[in-house]
Amino acid sequence: MKIVVLLKPVPDTYGQRVLDLETGLADRAASETVIDEIGERALEAALRHAEQAGDVEVVVLSMAPADSQSALRKGLAMGAASAVHVADERLAGADYVRTAEVLAAALRKTGFDLVITGDASTDGTGGVMAAMLAELLDAPGITRLESLEITADAVRGTRATDGGSMVVQAALPAVVSVTEALPDPRFPALRGIMNAKKKPVEQLTLDDLPLDEVGAALDETASPRSIMLSVAERPPRSAGTIITDEGDAGERIAAFLAERRLA
Amino acid sequence: MNPILVLLPAAPAGGLIAGTAEAIGAAASIGTPIAVVTGPADALPELAEQAASFGAVRVHTAVVEGPELGAPAADAFEAAARLVQPELVLVPATVEGREAAGRLAARLRAPIAADIVGVTRDEQGVVVRHSVYGGAYDVESAATYGPLIATMRLGSIDDRAEAATPDVQPLEVTASGRRAATIERFEPVTQVSTRPDLRTAKRIVSGGRGLGSKEQFALIEQLADTLGAAVGASRAAVDAGYVDPSAQVGQTGTSVSPDLYLAVGISGAIQHRAGMQTAKTIVAIDRDASAPIFEIADLGVVGDLFTIVPQLTAALEARKG
Ligand SMILES: Cc1cc2nc3c(=O)[nH]c(=O)nc-3n(C[C@H](O)[C@H](O)[C@H](O)COP(=O)(O)OP(=O)(O)OC[C@H]3O[C@@H](n4cnc5c(N)ncnc54)[C@H](O)[C@@H]3O)c2cc1C
Repeated sequence: MKIVVLLKPVPDTYGQRVLDLETGLADRAASETVIDEIGERALEAALRHAEQAGDVEVVVLSMAPADSQSALRKGLAMGAASAVHVADERLAGADYVRTAEVLAAALRKTGFDLVITGDASTDGTGGVMAAMLAELLDAPGITRLESLEITADAVRGTRATDGGSMVVQAALPAVVSVTEALPDPRFPALRGIMNAKKKPVEQLTLDDLPLDEVGAALDETASPRSIMLSVAERPPRSAGTIITDEGDAGERIAAFLAERRLA
Repeated sequence: MNPILVLLPAAPAGGLIAGTAEAIGAAASIGTPIAVVTGPADALPELAEQAASFGAVRVHTAVVEGPELGAPAADAFEAAARLVQPELVLVPATVEGREAAGRLAARLRAPIAADIVGVTRDEQGVVVRHSVYGGAYDVESAATYGPLIATMRLGSIDDRAEAATPDVQPLEVTASGRRAATIERFEPVTQVSTRPDLRTAKRIVSGGRGLGSKEQFALIEQLADTLGAAVGASRAAVDAGYVDPSAQVGQTGTSVSPDLYLAVGISGAIQHRAGMQTAKTIVAIDRDASAPIFEIADLGVVGDLFTIVPQLTAALEARKG
């Protein structure tokens, strides 16, 4: 069985994230790039399955600029067997549909029984990619799994949805996304980091991908679907009054709320 | 007449998904709101009527029942989009809403604007507004060719439309036969809460790791009830099992912009602030004077929450008389 885990390099949420005020794109020089944590959880789920079931190959896949291979390296260090990196200058500023087309074509090329992604990235926060991939690949899709159980021919789990949870199952090949309710990812061990250097990273450009199989054009740079009109930075919030409790803080907060008509 | 199509997948627990009124309200502010509602046959007439009562001038309905997840509703939304030819498709950004938006965008190869917080119109057409990186940036974007499919952050839009006379038109849908997962069962969240929805609440009381246990987290619930507020939480409180994951506020939880955000025993990690720093008024209680939450609080109180919160709740009760 082949499980492909999608990893997205994103600006580290622990740092100051900066948008380029000219292009509206992330200023990648301004903050450190890391794998989105939710992708690490997706990988953790795949690795745990591989450890207890025999004959499971875990591959990590990213569409990312040529110089951001570190995300994939970390995935390999955590235990993935190989990595696929789609990098192409014609993908700068790619929108959701373009990204989905490219990932779907890469998944077609790599082959998969199960694709696992995070439910939403910390930079885009769209939460639509897994559903789009299920459509483009004509595979059953289950978004927002809080638990998952993988067998030789199916995936099953609890899906957190509006107002409750569903138990859902799908025949493989399938695409699923997972939430933060899944276990924390492991830290790569030193041996894993050393081994990662020997593991294969396949480099692909748009020319290597069967884009026609997912109904997509080779180069869409000339006709972007959407454009950014303006970007403005909000002034940072400043601190107000700080008091130390002298036995009456509860009363004082109540008075503050009443004064502002918030209570 | 600038048709704006609002996608309304039925909520799994019944009824329309959250955010319906504001999505239709937003649509009415820039064009003619037309809704497409999917759900079980016996529920559709009522759902359609509700959509009209929120201001949809026309409601297309399609029966979607049975255990298949995602694809059948997408067939209906695709049929509606091809029929209505909207300039903009608006979808409340709930779980089922995002699923619908993603699937429709993939089918139409149409641009997605995710998690928008505003929509306007200029000479060129529809413009949508995003709040990026936890409210640090405001970004405006537009589609170059449409329709633009926008998921709308709940609680971000105040526009409401006037009720319309129901004009319900069943949709003709051809099943795509796309492979789909199977729903085995659905379990609604057990505790029926009378508290406001976190995503749209005007007041929120949030508790963090400082509460120490699920039992003690009840202090937050009592204070919230006294204020008529929704209950929020930090990820640490959710991870510790004090409260349901749906209460998480922050980077990977819900983004909120209430009039009042009262943070209790929450240090104010950058990922938590990303989900609440656009609140109008922030009040924080924490015993650590150097907690980062104080950097953004309008009123910060350094002290022990276990004495302050009961006193605050009692004082508010007393004021209510
Ligand atoms: C990718 C990513 C996404 C994340 N997303 C989110 C998110 O969406 N939401 C989120 O909240 N976090 C998120 N986090 C986690 C975040 O980094 C913090 O770990 C988390 O917010 C901490 O929660 P906390 O403030 O409750 O806990 P702590 O940081 O432990 O703070 C507890 C506070 O309680 C105070 N306290 C303790 N006892 C008392 C007392 N008796 N009286 C008064 N005060 C007391 C302490 O002084 C302390 O300041 C994310 C992290 C990552 C990496």
